[in-house]
Amino acid sequence: MKPKVAFFDFASCEGCELQIANLEEVIIDVIKLVDVVSFREVMKEHSDDYDIAIVEGSITRPMDEERLKKIRNKAKILIALGACAHLGGVQKLGNQWTSKENKQIVYGIANPKDIDDNNPFFEKPKQRALDEIVKVDYVIPGCPINKNEFARVLIALLTGKKPPIPDYPVCVECKKKENVCLFTVGKVCMGPVARGGCDAICPTYGNECEACRGYVSYPHEKAQTDVLEKYGLTLEEIMNRKTMFTYRYIEAKKEGEKNE
Amino acid sequence: MSDINVHVEHLTRVEGHGNIILNAKNGKIEKIRWQVSEAPRFFESFVRGRPYHEMSHITSRICGICSIGHALASLKATEAAMGIKISEQTGILRRLATHGENLQSHILHVGYLVAPDLLGVGSVFPLIKTHPEAVLKIVKLHKMANEMSDLICGRTTHPINLIPGGFSYIPSEKQFKQLKQRLADSVETTNDVAEIVLAHAGKLPKFTRETEYIALTSNDEYALYDGDIGSTDSGKHPVKDYQSITNEFVVPQSTAKYTKHKRDSYMVGALARFNLNSKKLCPLAKKWVDKFGLKPISYNPFMNNVAQLVEFVHSIEDSINLIDKILGNGLDRYERPKFTVKAGHGVGALDVPRGILFHDYTYNDKGICTKANCIIPTNQNHNNIQKDMEAFAPTLLNKPEKEIELNLEMLVRAYDPCISCSTHYLRVKFI
Repeated sequence: MKPKVAFFDFASCEGCELQIANLEEVIIDVIKLVDVVSFREVMKEHSDDYDIAIVEGSITRPMDEERLKKIRNKAKILIALGACAHLGGVQKLGNQWTSKENKQIVYGIANPKDIDDNNPFFEKPKQRALDEIVKVDYVIPGCPINKNEFARVLIALLTGKKPPIPDYPVCVECKKKENVCLFTVGKVCMGPVARGGCDAICPTYGNECEACRGYVSYPHEKAQTDVLEKYGLTLEEIMNRKTMFTYRYIEAKKEGEKNE
Repeated sequence: MSDINVHVEHLTRVEGHGNIILNAKNGKIEKIRWQVSEAPRFFESFVRGRPYHEMSHITSRICGICSIGHALASLKATEAAMGIKISEQTGILRRLATHGENLQSHILHVGYLVAPDLLGVGSVFPLIKTHPEAVLKIVKLHKMANEMSDLICGRTTHPINLIPGGFSYIPSEKQFKQLKQRLADSVETTNDVAEIVLAHAGKLPKFTRETEYIALTSNDEYALYDGDIGSTDSGKHPVKDYQSITNEFVVPQSTAKYTKHKRDSYMVGALARFNLNSKKLCPLAKKWVDKFGLKPISYNPFMNNVAQLVEFVHSIEDSINLIDKILGNGLDRYERPKFTVKAGHGVGALDVPRGILFHDYTYNDKGICTKANCIIPTNQNHNNIQKDMEAFAPTLLNKPEKEIELNLEMLVRAYDPCISCSTHYLRVKFI
């Protein structure tokens, strides 16, 4: 029997699900291997009976938390799809302020009573990655995901293999492409600490890596510190310099300090 | 007449989360509501403190489908704030980027999201078996549009090459020539797909409701990348006055930020652009306008689907013209922007697949954003969707519940709503 796959989305741009549609002809082959039972963005049918749940988006409110827990209970395998599910997305930056301050900035002209925590749609909004709420079995990182990696992960799962997610820095792929190192042209790139697998797409097109796939598990501190020193930076400085996608790590550090 | 209770939670085949509620008793509507339950992400709050060069990369994440449009509106706001001028080449390349996005977004909507309604199925998947040739043609066009966007922007979803003042990477002359050939080759496939839609266009409800249409408008071109704000009610307005057009306001009994201009609501998107700018369409697009019998001003929101198809044809033709222009001028692959970072305030407007989009930023002298406001097309349409529903639902009450539900769903889908885009959480309350 074909495995039943369901897609779900929370706070996100739905761009990662779009990458699946962007597989074009390949998707026609992929859906022959599985039974897609729910995919709200493209199909009307829906079933609560599924084996693999693929979840995009960050978790914002208690109502979202409940929905995610229900999905976790039903799914044998839960996959976090993209940077919002994996790291909390760019919107994780909002956690620098209290939810009250965020609401004031965005809905300043509203009646405060309408948007307070008694309204479930507005209840304590704070962005969290999926694994801050439930157990996540696999992560497909990136903003957006690499569509070819998605196909590789799905095929690995269907053939009982461990999905191949690289744990080396973006620099590896960037060197392979023989790009000019952005440090040498005066830019600060997250490549040395960011997880590869994106084919170094941003540096290839002249832009600094923003670490949308998070950090590697163990940045090679010694070697990288030596290289970065040459450009007058410490490893810590570079890890704190760009926080577009990696505020999660800083937040975790702050939380840790609070608990100490 | 029996009681009717329609409750569509999390409407499918749209981007984001929205609900439709209709309750009727003895042939009288008690409640009709278009409700949006998308989680808020607070973009305008958390971009405060971010440097100018991150802004377009962050705000492109508002929407996965129209990320190129968000990036460009963002860059235009930054450039307006800092007085950065762009070259003619950058202007042409950005127009190509806009066409690439329009092509991919429109074919995705018409081909993958709307066609199942016209053919009486729940999604594009069963069509792979029943209509394989049509699906493959749609896939081919979608792929061409995505690869065009990849070429110009580095990546279709969350573009890389688009930076303040210009481009960080520009494709080669050979790649532009290949793109031109692909665009020319796709005309036949486009005509085939348009014929299929035309054959089923009779299924689009013949519902009309007079409303105001707002879109960018220009004397020089069918406005997408640049222009003044145009209204079918009040004529032209400068972009800097956008707040006097959108008039965001709060209804006392709702947290929703509505927009309205001359009437209770207005519509933005392909139909609004067509209604204002149809004379500027390219010849083949005009041919399809005639075939579909579309005439400005069309007050049928379902014709937005047809207007998207017409714009698809236009974007192919105009892209070919733009490539000729850029190659004729002599391509400068290594042109890179030069400017000085300074404090300022600026507004950028663009007409993206779902309608007119505004980004408004304030920067300090270090180029750090201190204040931001984004007004998204779908936000401007929600109020019009609600008003359309109120007018459309009474005409449906003698139909079976399933058919009422389908008709209301088709109405919302016709707007091609992009609910995640709504940076302001919006709740439409029945008053």
